[in-house]
Amino acid sequence: MTATDTPTVNAALALGDDALILSHRLGEWAGHAPELEEEVALANIALDLLGQARFLLSMAGDEDEMAFLREERSFRNLQLVEQPNGDFAHTIARQLYFSLYQHELHTDLAAGDGPFAGLAAKAVKETAYHRDHAVQWTLRLGDGTEESRRRMRAALDALWKFTGEMFQPVEGLDGIDWAVLEGRWLTALTGVLEQAGLAVPEGPRTGAWAAGAGRQGLHTEPFGRMLAEMQHLHRSHPGASW
Amino acid sequence: MVAVTPESGQDSGLGADLGAQLAAAFDAAVAADERVEPRDWMPEEYRASLVRQMAQHAHSEIIGMQPEANWITRAPSLRRKAILMAKVQDEAGHGLYLYSAAETLGTSRDELLDKLHSGRQKYSSIFNYPTLTWADVGAIGWLVDGAAITNQVPLCRCSYGPYARAMVRICKEESFHQRQGFELLLALSKGTPEQHAMAQDAVDRWWWPSLMMFGPPDDESAHSAQSMAWRIKRHSNDELRQRFVDIAVPQAETLGLTLPDPDLKWNEERGHYDFGPIDWAEFWDVLKGNGPCNEQRLSQRRRAHEEGAWVREAAAAYARKHAAAPAAAARNEEARV
Ligand SMILES: [Fe+2]
Ligand SMILES: [Fe+2]
Repeated sequence: MTATDTPTVNAALALGDDALILSHRLGEWAGHAPELEEEVALANIALDLLGQARFLLSMAGDEDEMAFLREERSFRNLQLVEQPNGDFAHTIARQLYFSLYQHELHTDLAAGDGPFAGLAAKAVKETAYHRDHAVQWTLRLGDGTEESRRRMRAALDALWKFTGEMFQPVEGLDGIDWAVLEGRWLTALTGVLEQAGLAVPEGPRTGAWAAGAGRQGLHTEPFGRMLAEMQHLHRSHPGASW
Repeated sequence: MVAVTPESGQDSGLGADLGAQLAAAFDAAVAADERVEPRDWMPEEYRASLVRQMAQHAHSEIIGMQPEANWITRAPSLRRKAILMAKVQDEAGHGLYLYSAAETLGTSRDELLDKLHSGRQKYSSIFNYPTLTWADVGAIGWLVDGAAITNQVPLCRCSYGPYARAMVRICKEESFHQRQGFELLLALSKGTPEQHAMAQDAVDRWWWPSLMMFGPPDDESAHSAQSMAWRIKRHSNDELRQRFVDIAVPQAETLGLTLPDPDLKWNEERGHYDFGPIDWAEFWDVLKGNGPCNEQRLSQRRRAHEEGAWVREAAAAYARKHAAAPAAAARNEEARV
């Protein structure tokens, strides 16, 4: 079940896995968020992403087979989205990097006439909210207290090395100018961080090992444990329906 | 209702005559099923009783997120995962409505959370039981949300307006949860033998604690009589428990599952199901803190609150710095900080 037969399926898995895995990570916050309003907001975002994932994975096959029966090496998501939640600043930094990217990407896809235009047109409204949520928190953490600024800076730095992968071309997403997309992302990010009084992190945004790794099925160690938890029940009852 | 502001109506500084008149007017209005609104005069004991009940209810909503959130990361299909995440989110929303309703009586959310965290206020004991298998998610939806609905539908006509209105909204969502739980159990019951056994085991474990959710028998219930007179409560614990049993028994038959009570049988004369004795010793023990998860639930809640302190402080500091820019503040409302 490698299911990367056609470029469209390949792209559906890349985008679908991003949404599925990030949704799962956000779902881990349930019952642990810093305040009730955030319980609601994080669940909203997780549910939007899960909806996107279900649509996209269904383009590649049965959504549950795709989610629960693939091995770690068959997942095509970015390494960024599989990173553990960490503290709230890490979660917000991950959201900021990813939602700025996803929003730009959906905007481009929605403007085209490829197989993802319909989904992107709907999802772009959702990702606009995800982006605003991340931006508002970045401003508050960056321009809040000494501690929040320190934590936000550490989080942005820690996840920086996973951001280069977002702009590796994905086979099956035609008509995307990845360099232009990256430029827009960086401009948007710089604007937010400046407003928050935070510097754009320095250092490489990929390593030799990380360039496009997730898209090729190379993941980080925490991902295997995440999948083990996610897939365990489904795999324990082969063929059962739920 | 009596249009007297709370400040002018408190006991101090009032003539005894006026106080008695207000109390009489209040009693008459409540007896006539008029709604009490936040700015109306009300007896201090009525206010305190409502705050206690609404706080306990709000705490139950947010502690109740934990046993089900325990299964979000392991949900066996994406459809079930979406339903469960949305349900746990709804419970957070219920907590929000109820803390807001309690705020109309002059008690802040922070104050109430503090009482929860320090153990001075309780939450429903049902959440001190563990969710051991996926089927527990279904059993909670069917039985626990089901019992909550039986308890709460009458609260939609509670004498205190903000509470009654919050309950209308909450009950609608709880009935979704109940149906979803039922449907989850039905799928398991009709599934593989292992799935069926999982469903039966969950129902066996959740049945009796669900009956305890209605509280002690009427003759041992501390606040019942006064709450009934004030129209905060409209039916006795035992009445509601009976109503729940009568609804659940035929549903269990539809599910193809049995209920763990050999004494359960239809009583033609009473027009109700008879059921066996409830183990009240267990109920009081769990209430006292000796349930399987009391410690775990409360410490997770405290930890989330403590670990979130720096986030809330950052948001407050930001709000103070930008208080001079109302346009920005309005724009930020969406992200709610
Ligand atoms: Fe609820
Ligand atoms: Fe519920």
